[in-house]
Amino acid sequence: MMSPSVARRTIATPVLLGLLLIAFALVAVAVGSKPFNQTVIDIFLKVIFVVGLWVFVGNSGVISFGHIAFACLGGYVAAWTTIKPMMKGMSMPGLPDWLMQTEIPYWGSAMVAAGWAALWALIFGSVLMRLSGIAASIATFAMLAMVNSIYSNWESVTAATSSVVGIPIVRSIWPYLVAALISVFAAWAYGISRHGLALRAARDEPTAAAASGIDIPRARLIAFVISGAIMGMGGALYSHSIGIVTPDTFYLGLTFITLSMLVVGGMGSLSGAVLGVLILSTLIQTLRRLEAGVQVGEITLALPGGVQEIALGAVMILILMFRPAGIMGNKDLSLPQRAALETRGPTGPRT
Amino acid sequence: MGSLLQVLFDALSLGSLYALGALGIALIFGVMRLVNFAHGDVIAACVFALLWPSVDAVAIIFAGNLPWYLLVPFVLAIGAALSVACEALVFRRFRRANPATMMIASFALGFVIRYFLLMLFSSRPKSISLLPALSQPVEILGARIPLLQLITIAVTMAVLFGLTAFLRRTRFGLEMRAAAENFTMARMLGVRANRVIMGAFALSGALAAAIALILGSQTGTANIMMGASVMLMAFIATVIGGMGSLAGAVLAGFLLGAVATVMQVILPPDARAFRDAFVYGAVILVLIFRPQGLLSARGTRERV
Repeated sequence: MMSPSVARRTIATPVLLGLLLIAFALVAVAVGSKPFNQTVIDIFLKVIFVVGLWVFVGNSGVISFGHIAFACLGGYVAAWTTIKPMMKGMSMPGLPDWLMQTEIPYWGSAMVAAGWAALWALIFGSVLMRLSGIAASIATFAMLAMVNSIYSNWESVTAATSSVVGIPIVRSIWPYLVAALISVFAAWAYGISRHGLALRAARDEPTAAAASGIDIPRARLIAFVISGAIMGMGGALYSHSIGIVTPDTFYLGLTFITLSMLVVGGMGSLSGAVLGVLILSTLIQTLRRLEAGVQVGEITLALPGGVQEIALGAVMILILMFRPAGIMGNKDLSLPQRAALETRGPTGPRT
Repeated sequence: MGSLLQVLFDALSLGSLYALGALGIALIFGVMRLVNFAHGDVIAACVFALLWPSVDAVAIIFAGNLPWYLLVPFVLAIGAALSVACEALVFRRFRRANPATMMIASFALGFVIRYFLLMLFSSRPKSISLLPALSQPVEILGARIPLLQLITIAVTMAVLFGLTAFLRRTRFGLEMRAAAENFTMARMLGVRANRVIMGAFALSGALAAAIALILGSQTGTANIMMGASVMLMAFIATVIGGMGSLAGAVLAGFLLGAVATVMQVILPPDARAFRDAFVYGAVILVLIFRPQGLLSARGTRERV
């Protein structure tokens, strides 16, 4: 599938990104405060979502507004499979018997969620991937609205718009770190596989790629299914991080945040996706701190609610204006000497 | 007979709303290939322009107390001004960007407008009574039709005819159509880009304001999210109609209104809650068979 030399040349990227995530986890452990722990968990979840989004959007160049729908599917899988049977009977009486009796651990639900979301990505994708450009983007939006409308109305299975409670909460940061690492490495492996390369070729030169025998809808479908699986896993873990799930958790708000993280970081590269999350999360946390109020002498200065989102939107517009390719600008993180060696080539002077 | 007429009027008035929204989006798409996600938030902003900023649950009516012949122009002007401001401050710098970048920028701009409203008015829906005289029903052939529905339909028709006349008969309309057809060529032949684009944004903003007035008097509430659902349907209408085709957008808007209303009637009661899901599903199906839309505009077809 992938040539070993390409793997060796690009492995530095996921390793560096992984080390960065591990560093965040270690800081969280060192600080040891509960809210900070939750913040770091939230960052890892966003990494999963944005990396999942990147697998499709970054490689295909088609903007998808619908990926959060897969997170929604995953989030409800967690509710269906991990809540105690007795509580499930009360909030979601319409579940089939075998599912009602099922009670699996969180990692099991994350895996099932990935599979379930991948299945629906395959079904939706085989229809949607025939479209391209703006029509495709709008169709993914229609998919998101459709999933949201079904989940907010199917009372007996999803408890409609009221929140489903009782999902076992996982407070340790390690499972989220592992899941984030898995998505980063999976995204990297997909990116350098022949399917990933074919899709990027189709993104940059559709005519030439089609003429060289690339089946563009099929290449897109593969990316769509893989990214759907990652989003589904993220959705399930998101439910486990807060213990409740509602359809509106997985709607326009999350779509906007994940897309802006991807755009700010730079959707041309995996590093852009991960760094976008880290940069914007830091900004959001700072603004949130300011909204809560800062003690200056006798008075508490606080920003009014909503400033956080406004600043986020403004930052995004400014980055689009001045650096349309994002902060990373299509480049991936790699080790400096290695890159230098490569550009110099084998005949260059050795040091 | 009465109930059939009722359905017809429901379909027409819902369709009018979607058609007005689709027109506002298609106008801008035509001149600068921008899918304007901020349109829905411009609608919401127009409703809130009637209120005095406050985070209390009770709305403090400010401009909403004006008599209707002052109120309507006021709201239309607010919509146009806001839309033009969006163009001047943000979209102007994206003229050379690709459509995907512009689309995300408009998404971000809409977010900024929505949370600006949230900051001023809080996220709680507020009840307002806008033009209360319009909610009285009228009797036509045994069907009780709210006066507002009739006015909605009449206003939409008037706007459509007015806009058609404007685009076909005036110099400005001609320039706008030329710009939609081939922007570069139009500029070379002396069409002023900024003027045409400003004009398109002003028109689109005024259309958003018209929707705001109708929605505000129909629902009697002001909610920062109120533009979102109309906008989503309007988008879908523009895509189904064929991006950039104004006639297609209007046609598809009415079609969507009809489909939604008919589904409301014929679906079994259990499935009625899923009406929107069925409509979105139908949209995806249409896109599969006609990805270029029902009436595709020239120059927007994709080659690969």
